[in-house]
Amino acid sequence: MNLEVFLLLAAALFSVGLYGALSQQSIVMLMMGLELMINALLVAGAAFWFYVSPGTPDGQVLVLVAVTVMALEMAMGFAVITALFRTRDVDMTDEAGHLKG
Amino acid sequence: METVAVWVLAVAAVGFGVAVFVVDSMARATFALLASFLCVGVELLLLDLDYLGVLVILMMIMEMLIMAVFMIMYMMNPGGLMPMTMVHNNRGALAISIGVFTALAAGIFLTPWPPRRGTVPADPTFSVGQAIMGPKMLVMMVIGIAILATMIASVVLATDRGRYDRPSHREDGAK
Amino acid sequence: MSEAMPAWAVVALPLVLAALTYSAAAMDAVFRTGDGLVAPLRECARLIVQQRRRTYMPDLLLVRIGVISLPAAALLAAMVIPIDGRGVWDLSVGVVWFNAMEVVAWASLWLTGWGVNSVFPLVGGYRFLAQGLAYELPHMFALITAGLAAGSLDFGEVAAAQDGLWFVVWMPVAFAVYLLSALAMTFWGPLGHPVAGDLAGGVAAELSGPDRLLFFAGRFALLTVAAAAAVPLFLGGGAGPWLPGWAWSLIKTYAVLALLVWVRGRFPVIRMDRFMDVAWMVLIPATLLQALVVGIVVVS
Repeated sequence: MNLEVFLLLAAALFSVGLYGALSQQSIVMLMMGLELMINALLVAGAAFWFYVSPGTPDGQVLVLVAVTVMALEMAMGFAVITALFRTRDVDMTDEAGHLKG
Repeated sequence: METVAVWVLAVAAVGFGVAVFVVDSMARATFALLASFLCVGVELLLLDLDYLGVLVILMMIMEMLIMAVFMIMYMMNPGGLMPMTMVHNNRGALAISIGVFTALAAGIFLTPWPPRRGTVPADPTFSVGQAIMGPKMLVMMVIGIAILATMIASVVLATDRGRYDRPSHREDGAK
Repeated sequence: MSEAMPAWAVVALPLVLAALTYSAAAMDAVFRTGDGLVAPLRECARLIVQQRRRTYMPDLLLVRIGVISLPAAALLAAMVIPIDGRGVWDLSVGVVWFNAMEVVAWASLWLTGWGVNSVFPLVGGYRFLAQGLAYELPHMFALITAGLAAGSLDFGEVAAAQDGLWFVVWMPVAFAVYLLSALAMTFWGPLGHPVAGDLAGGVAAELSGPDRLLFFAGRFALLTVAAAAAVPLFLGGGAGPWLPGWAWSLIKTYAVLALLVWVRGRFPVIRMDRFMDVAWMVLIPATLLQALVVGIVVVS
């Protein structure tokens, strides 16, 4: 049980989240990929705090900020999806490309 | 004993994370994500981060339930009654994510990590509380303003009233 | 964890919780329906042997998780509540853990309502989510106020900090809001809209047999745990003359539990959206003002 194990867990979660964020067609599933990536950030921040500098609370503050960011991103994401659905009647990323080209 | 717990929880967290994108039912996908978060929360408890671990468990249960409400609202196969995969660029995404994982793993094992500085304080909760009220007060203020901005922005975005519409009437005493 | 968990306490906890849960159910039978003290036992026996009724294409995994997690959450929450000064699990953030375990009830109700593939339970599940969002913030502020006055999130230390004056005396608003949220978290009495009669039983409409037994036993267990947690938070823990600490804790738990159970037969069910109005417009400012007053007293 050392730093590398936790960082490997964080890397695995990040990669799975990245796969979801890149490949999913539905906006809600894409957001679940983003949540997994921030999950990875939580594990990495906590592992660095415990194994590198437990004397200072910097790592804990990072984890706290990441948890808050997760909540905020979810709230804003769902508000944006709702607004997008109301005006354009889409909930797939492929059809929401009006800013393209 | 703790090492076994850490490994089991790690494998479970990644397994549930993969399950999010594999299962057909959207409700099950949301709760697989919740299970992954709960495993991470217990891992934080094992790292002596009592408050943050319980906080992750608490907040993630609430958030994933709200996400479940939105999933059922917007997704087309909430019950998983028909097999369905809705992906685009599947092979490209797989290649990129596997590539990122190998790059990160190589970096993890090849980087010389610094030695441990200091020891775990007697009460990590107290130290983080003191930090965000003292030296890191800027973080607290920025988070507070960000939360306020998000609350206002999400209500403005999600309400179906246009700029010039009158507020809807109260009908027989109930909104 | 300062001292090792005594082995017998881990075994005794489910038994004690079961005994208290049975007495809550018995009190409900005596107060409300007049059936007598043995009525819950008869109901248990009837439900255990009843044949399970299954709906069309349910999501059985989610139903089982929903039904089992309600009593499991009550048991996990009971692990941090101190009897005689120390709980079974000496977590330094016991108050937050108690909060997390009662939020598991949200997941239980939604999963049960969704999994049975039927309309009325689904509506009941959504009603409970809306009610949950409404009561959660005032509940958290009430818990924070008690923790603020004690300077700790540990149940044992919160109980010990009430040596001179019980918290209920100088933070009555927080205590009232806590009792209201105890009603809300177990969808009991006036806040029982998710299982109300206009939905033919709401979330529990399609449950039968052992599922129904587990669900309602879990509901009574959560009510018991909420009453038991009010004692170290607001009523001074085990403090009292002549009797030992654990006896006073039990007596106070029974008193709060009797009050909560009695409320069911006295008040009509409040509609969930009206409760949301009251919670956001009245309860949150009230609890914030209470926290401000307590904070000023603590700092000065």
